[in-house]
Amino acid sequence: MTSSGTPSAAGRFPAGRRAFPHRDLVGIAQLERHEILYLLEEAEQWVSLNRQSAKHTDNLAGLTIINAFFENSTRTLLSFEIAGKRLGADVVNMHAAQSSVKKGETLIDTAMTLNAMHADAIVIRHGSSGAVELIASKVDCPVLNAGDGQHEHPTQALLDALALRHALRERGQNADDFTGLTVTICGDILHSRVARSNVLCLQALGASVRLCAPPALMPQGIDAMGVEVFHDFDAALSGTDVAMMLRLQNERMQGQFIPSAREYHHLYGLTAKRLAARAPDALVMHPGPMNRGVEIDSDVADMLDRSIITRQVEMGVAIRMACLDVLTRKARGVAGWADGEWV
Amino acid sequence: MKQQAPLTITGGRLVLPDGVTSGALRLVDGRIEALGDVSPQDGDEVVDAAGQLVAPGLVDLGVFAVDKPAFHFGGITRAALMPDKSPILDLPSRVQYVAYSGKPDFWVHPLAAATRGLEGRELAELALMQQAGARGVATGRGWIADSGVMLRLLQYAAMLGLVVVSHAEDAGITGNAVASAGEMATRLGLPSAPAEAEALAVARDIALAEMSGARLHFRQVTTRAAVDLVRAAKARGANVTAGVTPAHFMLSDLATAEFRTFARLSPPLRCEDDRQAVVAAIGDGTIDVIASGHDPRGPEDKRLPFADAEPGMAGAETLLAMVLTLVRDGVISMERAFDLTARTPAQLLGVAAGELAEGYEADIALIDPEKPWIVDSRKMEASAGNTPFDRQPTQGRVTALFKGGVKVG
Repeated sequence: MTSSGTPSAAGRFPAGRRAFPHRDLVGIAQLERHEILYLLEEAEQWVSLNRQSAKHTDNLAGLTIINAFFENSTRTLLSFEIAGKRLGADVVNMHAAQSSVKKGETLIDTAMTLNAMHADAIVIRHGSSGAVELIASKVDCPVLNAGDGQHEHPTQALLDALALRHALRERGQNADDFTGLTVTICGDILHSRVARSNVLCLQALGASVRLCAPPALMPQGIDAMGVEVFHDFDAALSGTDVAMMLRLQNERMQGQFIPSAREYHHLYGLTAKRLAARAPDALVMHPGPMNRGVEIDSDVADMLDRSIITRQVEMGVAIRMACLDVLTRKARGVAGWADGEWV
Repeated sequence: MKQQAPLTITGGRLVLPDGVTSGALRLVDGRIEALGDVSPQDGDEVVDAAGQLVAPGLVDLGVFAVDKPAFHFGGITRAALMPDKSPILDLPSRVQYVAYSGKPDFWVHPLAAATRGLEGRELAELALMQQAGARGVATGRGWIADSGVMLRLLQYAAMLGLVVVSHAEDAGITGNAVASAGEMATRLGLPSAPAEAEALAVARDIALAEMSGARLHFRQVTTRAAVDLVRAAKARGANVTAGVTPAHFMLSDLATAEFRTFARLSPPLRCEDDRQAVVAAIGDGTIDVIASGHDPRGPEDKRLPFADAEPGMAGAETLLAMVLTLVRDGVISMERAFDLTARTPAQLLGVAAGELAEGYEADIALIDPEKPWIVDSRKMEASAGNTPFDRQPTQGRVTALFKGGVKVG
């Protein structure tokens, strides 16, 4: 593990390239390692700001950000809204019931409508994989993916990486990345966009990723993504540095995937006993919302020394501020970010 | 329009069932009167093929729309229409209407809905629909899940001498899937199902066909496991045939990258190994029919998130060119290309067409098999441009088409 005292993002991306040459943030799959690191570094300033009593800047003053959520969300929507407001932007939330946009051209028409209102950034959550890329191809402003179907949820993976980095630093591990670290993601992998984005992000930062789920909830071909696949949670947990628990996405399940919640808990629930036996020092993460007593026990979720679940939420605001800031720099004419300028 | 004067096509290379030979073709009263070493007679209209291929008009087994400009562009003179219309072809009156809808310059052979409303529960009035012009029975886009219903369907169709065209995907496994399970679907986060759903359905349908003695045709067989089952059944002497569309021998699921909805098909595109198995099965005769699966879909069905888009491709215009790639690649001979696209489908439908033979319908295509062109979804004859082959350079074009001895277009 390499360590760096004062992070200097500018020194780590290839010469002659923009620090973040993307208009949109549709997925981790489109990002290079140095671009992920750049966003994490950019977020640090917002972590500090968010811990002050006065949490406001005017960086994005005058800009309009539309949060277009075609699928229900509480925490992600709130997090994006707070992020935009703390940057000084005018934030508008659009709740569109999934049913009203499923037919015909309506989704594209909605995108065109938002575009015609001169949004400066659009944050989208949608129930169909690929919907965010489709919208991004039709609008003229940066588009941020706040979760599309079972595809990607890039800001979640970024905030997880930032929360993990902070937790490791507190333990005296000051590496920039996660080389040598083993992360076990356990739960409903099949329906999880969080899992997909996290696999890509953690691997880009050097971690080894284990995935654990019953066969019916493990997508076929996922081993081609370079992960280790487990069905036995105890084996997956043994010696892991991080246990990331996912909830069962019952709303996405068609048919029965597991016999019952208590049986699931028996096989895959993260209990204090299991943790002590298999990975006594592991950090515990969960993207929320948690189903306490199903995939994670309350005493584990609330462990002060190792559960970083609330810190993940904290880092979410900072990461989203960083993403909104970076993606709007070109439109705001920030030096070095216009066409033809190189950082 | 009836053929007025006799027509002789000279100087062509005739695509006959046993090979390609130089010769001429004389068409009288809408039928092939003579072929081979024939000369035009006094008063004949004469067309000089100038060394081009003279082939039977294609017989497209299993399309979802009657889209004449696209069919004519592709050299298709007859198509068997799937019953998944709105309204569904499950009544004699609807079948009769559709049977006449293409005439005179295009013939539609309706495939009767196997069950009422294509719901897979009650048999439709197959004999009455046969009388109204149905040339086969089809299960539509879906599989008949109830094995008892399928057995009774096959027994009944066997009695009537109608081929049963089945869609082979076990619906219990496919569920709401829009992709084949595998790395691609996993990376894209698409609802997916194991490709083995096809083999399961094929195995059951073959078993039922062997019990009933029916003629069973799988409209599309797209996986290694399923072609193996068909191959073994044929070796046993079962009355089973299999088809495929060009998408499944040209493309794998990699074509769905970036959520390209033009590559959203039913059954979904498979992995590369399955694609190669399909090519091999075309080569060794396990696959008998190549059809376009023509299903033009406009932006309202396709400019949507992948899983919300409708499946299907506009395939009529590219059918011939894609089959000719198999000839150029040495997978099949030129004459077999027309067995796959004309002769065998005509035999399955029981029509005297799809072959250059005396007394057969004078449905003739003149083809320049080398002519290069580029598929362009924006400039298609079809009513929509949803082709997964967009911008692909290809070779082979129909230069003239005759239906019943009359020049089309």
